Parts: sequence; C-alpha cells; structure tokens
Amino acid sequence: MKDIVEIRWHGRGGQGAKTASLLLADAAFNTGKYVQGFPEYGPERMGAPITAYNRISAERSTVHSNIYEPDYVVVVDETLLSAVDVTAGLKKEGAIVINSSKSPAELRPLLKGYKGKVCTIDAGKISEEELGKNFPNTPMLAAIVKVSGVIGLEEFIHDMEGSFRHKFASKPQVIEGNMRALKRSLEEVQVG
Amino acid sequence: MGIRERLSGNEAVAYAMKQINPDVMGAYPITPSTEIPQYFSTYVDNGEVDTEFIAVESEHSAMSTCIGAQAAGCRAISATSSCGLCYMTEMLYVAASDRLPITLAVSCRALSGPININNDHSDAMGVRDAGWLMLFAETNQEAYDNYLQAMRIAEAVSLPIMICQDGFITSHAIENIELVEDDKVKAFVGEYHPQHFLLNKDEPMAVGAYATPVYYMESKRLQAQAMMDAKDVIRKVGAEFGEMTGRTYGLIEQYQMDDAEEAIVIIGSSAGTAKEAINELRAQGKKVGLIKVRSFRPFPAEDIVEALRHIKSFAVMDKDDSFNAHCGPMFAEVAASLYAAGVSGPKGINYIYGLGGRDVRVESIQHVFAELEKISATGETGETYRYLDVRE
Repeated sequence: MKDIVEIRWHGRGGQGAKTASLLLADAAFNTGKYVQGFPEYGPERMGAPITAYNRISAERSTVHSNIYEPDYVVVVDETLLSAVDVTAGLKKEGAIVINSSKSPAELRPLLKGYKGKVCTIDAGKISEEELGKNFPNTPMLAAIVKVSGVIGLEEFIHDMEGSFRHKFASKPQVIEGNMRALKRSLEEVQVG
Repeated sequence: MGIRERLSGNEAVAYAMKQINPDVMGAYPITPSTEIPQYFSTYVDNGEVDTEFIAVESEHSAMSTCIGAQAAGCRAISATSSCGLCYMTEMLYVAASDRLPITLAVSCRALSGPININNDHSDAMGVRDAGWLMLFAETNQEAYDNYLQAMRIAEAVSLPIMICQDGFITSHAIENIELVEDDKVKAFVGEYHPQHFLLNKDEPMAVGAYATPVYYMESKRLQAQAMMDAKDVIRKVGAEFGEMTGRTYGLIEQYQMDDAEEAIVIIGSSAGTAKEAINELRAQGKKVGLIKVRSFRPFPAEDIVEALRHIKSFAVMDKDDSFNAHCGPMFAEVAASLYAAGVSGPKGINYIYGLGGRDVRVESIQHVFAELEKISATGETGETYRYLDVRE
C-alpha cells in the first residue's frame, strides 16, 4: 500500500462526527495532502449510530469503498462502546481515540481484546469549559491529529486558527474558545 | 495551472454551473433532488450568477420548465436523482425529440423498493432510451469536467445531456479537485446561439407539434443520426478539454488493457476501486485490466469491441438489473456490440453489483477477476448472469 492513513469515526446522529471527519479532511488538505471525507448515509435520525471515514494520502487514492481495516478509530460517544464493534478490523499498530472522562486502562476491557493503543480525551468537559457547550468536535479533531501524527502539530494549530478566524469572523470569543479547546486537547489526551 | 480545491461531487457540479452562468434553472428544491439546486440557489441569491431560478412543485414540471426555456432560446439546466428522475421521464422524451440541448445533473441512486436512498444506477438506466446523451463520472473531478464539456457536446448535436455521478459515493464525499479558472471556462463553453428558437420574431415556429405516421419516423431517424454524430463530438470536445487542462476524455477509458487477458467493463465510482484491485493483481503478475464506460449514450460499441477483441474473458458490471431473467443493460449492449462486429472469441459474463449502496470493495473486484481467470483457463463460462457480494 502507498503512504495512506485510513480513519473511521463512530458517533451518534447530531453529535457532529460527520462534521469532524470533514474538518479533518480540510485540515489535511490544507497541508497539501490528498483527502477523502465521507459519511455512511442511511435512515438518519438524532442519536442513531453513524459512521464516517477519512483517507489521507500523499497520492490520490482511487478507492471508493468504506474502510474495513482502519489505522485509527475515533469514538465521539462513549456509549457506543457497548452498541457497536468499534475496533472491528482496527490495526494493532494503530490506535483508538475515545471521548471519555475515564482512563485508557478503564476502557480497554470494553474493547474486545484490542491490542493497540487506547487513547482517551474528555472532549465533553473541555468543550463545556472552553465553549460553554457540549461540542466535542474540536477537541476530538485535535486528539486524533496528535495521536495519528497525520498532520504536523504546529501546522495544524496554525491552520485551524486560520479556519476559525474565517468561520467565526463575527464571533471572536468563539475563536479564542475553540483554540483553547484545541490546545488543551493536544495536551490532555491520554495514551495507554 | 488550475485551482486546487476540495469539494464534494455535488458542490463541484454546482460550482461548474456557477462558472457557466446559464440562463434558467428549473428545479424541484427538496428531496429526492440533490443538493445541487440548493448550492446553486445560493449563487443565485448572492448575485454571483444572473440565472433565473424557477422552483417548481415536481420534477415533471422542472423538466417542462427547462423545455420551455430552452425552446425559447435559453440555456436551461436542472438536477435530480432517483425517483425524481423517474418522475421526469415523460418530459425527458419530449426534450430529446424536440432536440433541446438541456443539461441535467444526476446523482444516481436506487429506486424503491425496498425504500433506499443509496447509490446504484437504476434511475439513470431506467431512462437510457429517452434519447439523452449520458456521461458518467468516476470521481468528483470527472463530474465537474464532464459538466464543463456538457453544453458544447449537447449543443453541437441538438440533444439534451445527462451528467451522471454516483449518489453519496462521489456526490457527498469530499475529495481533492482541480478547478478551471472562470475566464477559461467561459471561453471554453462559449455563448449559446441556437439556430432556431421561439423568441426569434423573424422566424415564427412551432415546438412539440403533432407528427402523423407520414413524418414521425423521419423525425426519429434524425434523432438517431444526432446520437451517432455525437460520438465524434464527444471525442473532439474531450480532446480540446485535455489541451486546456491536461485531462483528456474519450468515450471510454482503458486501464492496463494493453496486454490484458481478463477485463471488466464498468461505469462510475467503482472503476476507481477496481483500479486499485488491478494494481494489486498486476503486482502478482496477473494480466488484468478494465474498460470504464464514460459515454453510455451514445454507446461506444466500436471502442469496446476493439478493447475486448483479443482478451480471453471479461465481466460486464451492471449496477442495476433489467429483471429480464437474463442480464443487466450494459451486458446486453456489450454482447450485442461484439456479436455485430463478428467477435466471438472472448468469453463474457455479467455481474449485477452494488445495488442500493451495497459497498463495492477491492476484494469484490478481485473475486470477479478470480472467476474470470477460471473461465480463461477452462473456456467454460458457467452461469453468465450473476449477483456479486450477495447473501443467497
């Protein structure tokens, strides 16, 4: 295989897992990569499990299928651990990143004997404290960037700041909050 | 050298529409239509185009609006998907027989039932005999590039054109794309100067007139001729587009066909997945290749015959079924092409695959090639009408 990183996102409808996967595609695109960002579509409803995917590579990938053996898995909602086989096909050289207040050691027993790295980040708490609302996207995005190394961290911080300034031009306080959430996540993600 | 961007297939087509700035869009603005009219309506609202956006109550009316506008002398466009395309069917025939070069973007999706919103080609294949030119895209880039070429092709032969891509798989997936600069697009697409049009006060004319048996068949023969003439036009426009962008298009694309012994014939996004399967099989020394059909209407019979003439076995991949207890629509056309050319050497089978969004994996395509390898070795095709990746 070529130099390619494949990521699978698990979330619930309405939580922004799809948006987060598209944000990651954007960030990787801005650093010169070829990207794919796509959700699996179905009978969408709030709260139902949803899956989204990223392929990030130096050369264009022509494959248009879902991802069955991801390098990384991101779980935006901890309650999915008992509902969905989140580590299915996940490479043991890779990692799973879970939005949780628990430690990696506490969550590993729920992961069906997965041997790779288990990472946790309390994205809910960070976003509550920095943004005043439960928007786990920004901290989850930062955590997967840190764990996967798919984008250089300085490049990532610089690029996201530009994106937020563009997106929230009329709401500067939201820019600051998002940047604090992003930087905290980079520091607070636990790798076990 | 182009503008580096990342867009979904629907965004890419809407962006092409913006660059072209057509006169009229007639569209049904809610599901089952695509996001394309939604994105385009933003350009209309922002004043980035001066297109007249006519929101109608159904796809039947959307196409009727386009017919009226194009007959009046305008460039008219629409976009739809799935059952919306079915609902347009009656007016699709009218557009083609009135020889109106309307451009319709289709994000191909399954038809009910069971109810399903995902990708296959049932909608587009259901209207394949309506008299429209039909180009299919593998990627968001091709959907965009095909759209930029659409009006040049359609207007040259006075036939309407459908620019098809795979619903969700490319229509909703973000990927890299190289956009063409606005001024180059404008110069390439050019102005629309119809020879005959309703708003020409110096030449009163009727559109959609009754044709008695004395005239009807001649009218149809001319329509058939226009479709035949379109082959050269598509090649010429594709070559000119290549001079501008470096991306040259023909009726088909061949991948690893030079020394291939086994080949598949395929349409749309799964061609990309198949290319990866072929790369992996080639690394194992297997002589495999693919033919991607870009133009389904006109059907590139001669090109396909030449590409398949010397191979041992092939599979035609149909992302819908004709339910004729026999084969899918593209297999029928490929087999007829070979028979008409007197080519009987290659052994051919048909796979119905990817219905209703059934994921098509690299492994799916490798399975097809494994079956073809057996057929090449034994000369026995076995069952020619097969379903891929299905639980029996």
